[in-house]
Amino acid sequence: MLQTDQYIINIGPQHPSTHGGLHVEALMDGENVVDAIVHLGYVHRSIEKIAESRTYPQFVPYASRLDYLASHLPTLGYCQAVEKMMGIEVPERAEYLRVIMAEFSRISSHLIFIGSMAIDLGATTGLIYCLRDRERIMDMFEMTSGQRMIASYMRIGGIAEDVPETFYAAARSFLDDLPQMIDEYNGLITGNEILQCRIKGVGTLSAEDAIAYGVTGPNLRACGIDYDIRKAEPYGIYDRFEFDVPLGTKGDSWNRYIVRLEEIKESARIIEQALDALPQGDIRTKVPRVLKPESGWEIYHRIESSKGELGYYIVADGGNKPYRLHVRAPSFINLMVLPIISRGGKLQDIIANIATLDPVLGESDR
Amino acid sequence: MEHWFTDIAQALVNWLMGLGLSAGWADFVLLIVQWLCIVMIVTINVIILIWLERKVSGFIQLRLGPNRLGPYGAFQTIADAIKLLTKEDIIPSRTDKWIFMTAPLFFIVVSVMLYAVIPMGDGMQVVDFNVGLLYFISIGSLSTICLLMAGWGSNNKWSMLGAMRAVAQMISYEIPLAISLLGVVMIAGSLRLSDIVVAQGNIWFVLLQPIAFITYFIAATAELNRGPFDMPEAEQELTAGAYTEYTGMRWALFFLAEYTNLVAVSALCATMFFGGWQGPGLPSWLWIIIKTYLIMLVFMWMKWTFPRIRMDHLMSFSWKILLPVSLANLVLTGFGLEFFKWMGWW
Amino acid sequence: MDVFNLEAMLQELQQEMGEKLEIDEDAFFTYLKIDAQDLPALMETLRQRYGFNHLANLCAVDYEEEFELVYHLYSIPDNYKVAVKVRVSRNKAELPSIMDIYPTADWQEREAYDLMGISFQGHPNLVRILLPDDFAGHPLRKDFKKEG
Repeated sequence: MLQTDQYIINIGPQHPSTHGGLHVEALMDGENVVDAIVHLGYVHRSIEKIAESRTYPQFVPYASRLDYLASHLPTLGYCQAVEKMMGIEVPERAEYLRVIMAEFSRISSHLIFIGSMAIDLGATTGLIYCLRDRERIMDMFEMTSGQRMIASYMRIGGIAEDVPETFYAAARSFLDDLPQMIDEYNGLITGNEILQCRIKGVGTLSAEDAIAYGVTGPNLRACGIDYDIRKAEPYGIYDRFEFDVPLGTKGDSWNRYIVRLEEIKESARIIEQALDALPQGDIRTKVPRVLKPESGWEIYHRIESSKGELGYYIVADGGNKPYRLHVRAPSFINLMVLPIISRGGKLQDIIANIATLDPVLGESDR
Repeated sequence: MEHWFTDIAQALVNWLMGLGLSAGWADFVLLIVQWLCIVMIVTINVIILIWLERKVSGFIQLRLGPNRLGPYGAFQTIADAIKLLTKEDIIPSRTDKWIFMTAPLFFIVVSVMLYAVIPMGDGMQVVDFNVGLLYFISIGSLSTICLLMAGWGSNNKWSMLGAMRAVAQMISYEIPLAISLLGVVMIAGSLRLSDIVVAQGNIWFVLLQPIAFITYFIAATAELNRGPFDMPEAEQELTAGAYTEYTGMRWALFFLAEYTNLVAVSALCATMFFGGWQGPGLPSWLWIIIKTYLIMLVFMWMKWTFPRIRMDHLMSFSWKILLPVSLANLVLTGFGLEFFKWMGWW
Repeated sequence: MDVFNLEAMLQELQQEMGEKLEIDEDAFFTYLKIDAQDLPALMETLRQRYGFNHLANLCAVDYEEEFELVYHLYSIPDNYKVAVKVRVSRNKAELPSIMDIYPTADWQEREAYDLMGISFQGHPNLVRILLPDDFAGHPLRKDFKKEG
């Protein structure tokens, strides 16, 4: 009998496909994964502590830096949490623009997901095509907020600025071209036999495990559980739009990919409806210069971010700064299942699993 | 134009003999000159190829590729070569020094040796073995050892994994590679590469042996460690696989060798399936260059389009699909040949 | 249980738990306040009997003398919500882990341990998760000295 040893291999924190500073310590038997341990914290900036020394409006740019691939979503969640606590009404036009921006963020985040998954599986070209199309969204963000990635566009009580006239044409033309783009991804990425072999039946997560481990977002829906906070507990004006929640069946990497691909189409539907119904009017309500929620007020507000359930728990103490602010980061919780879905697979499957869980380390480490 | 290079060689031999050298010594000097030429061809080819690869991948990926230095960025590779030559040669302290240091040298030497038998034109062959094909395949398989040396000598788990992958992959794919070429050999009736070229005077073997061509092409991609079979390097998984610990020129030598192999395998493909140097109008050496480059473009196209295959799929694909298919092709070819002879068509 | 009724659930729980359970509510959540030693039993009941299968958020707040642990629970797919609050004293910041009831508490408890210094008894692997292992102190505590 051949004597073999198990060995430990460190994937990351300096590794091409760990999406930032993720460190996976994998116990290997040849090419087979026996166990995996996830180490986090390489991007930890202690944003929760910083929040305690910033006033409520000052925290918005920090929220932007949580999920830097879809920066409108964390800022939206934070602003809505404060508004909910203070009972601030947001003007109609701002609500619609918020939805448009949030859904564009979701599309751009999913485009990055598709591209980075492709490159993690070795298809370099897939990334470039997705980045090309994401760039058009980034241009729109720049048009409206002056910033491409970390836009800090949401404000407590509305949005920072109204969109310029050129925005509508850019948004419409992006939506018009979207089906064509998706056809291209299908041709280059989805339809590829090798890619299908790589992710079909890999990293399967059962529905029970998904719920038990608190997995949310596209990763949960890939397991076939119809749970989208936009539908389940509509925030903002999401109850006014018609859209479907794409579901998977098996919960494997392939389902996670397809669910996100379909979500892009649904987001486009929402944007289209929002653009059609966009009213004229104010973009911000008058909010007191100094926000002072009463002592003892607290709130847990959650939104459906592109990664899953993004929650803010804010406790006020009567001052102008949060007494405690906690971010329920979907990437953080979703990464918890990485060892479960990687065990028994191959080394290459770990890479595919990290890619399809789609963590953003800025959010996960906070 | 047709006989430029053979004429030059003949003139050189005549001049040497005029100086009073015996015919044997003159041939020996010629051999050395030929080797020098091959090294030059290899170097120039690699410079062009790296530029071409970057350009092609750029166009596939909606980019421009290198475009600053020289026309269309043509001198970019030269600048890169200078950069690599002047870089510090780091030898990590925990490595197995001799194995680590010599692996890239062996790799490049083995790759250059492949060129000895490739017919680069009518009568333009360094050595015309009667077992040329066998030589090519056996020398080609030596590069496995060099990768294993690199992986083992680096004393790094990623390198080791890459090297183990390389060995498993290259040994598995050598078998379908060799067997797929046997069909051609049966038709041509010779292992001598110049004979195989001449045998394609009427019809290219790609038309007679389409299955063999496809299996050869796939197995050759795996042999070359190119995408989608670039398991030993596998940047996204193994950081750089067997090359992880290499820097500067040693690292560059691996790439030099890989591109050298790419040219050799493509040239062999042209020789075995596309009529070698034969073609109308243009001189023979130009024809083989054109054919080789066209085949290399297909290799590049594949690399920049496909994702990487998984290791276990790779192995089962070789043993469960490629090998039976190439064996079946061999049997079919045998029956076909007998049938043709029986009908009196051969 | 056919139709879920929050009021009925609260009444049932109050009857069973009696004095140990204190119910409070604001505009957004119903809070069940309970002592540390009774936490696992309450969580078990909430999960098994009332279908609160999604522990959305676990977080600790520093109130000078005491720490408050807040657990936000949801039920998928019915989407009912409730929050559980536990207070532990600063001197003895420990409470039972609920990891075997909600596996998702694993990393969230580790995070609370890491940043707030609360030890969860029964957690199999209670080590720092975001900060390096040799880090001194727990930064989210109010008495943590900030530098720079």
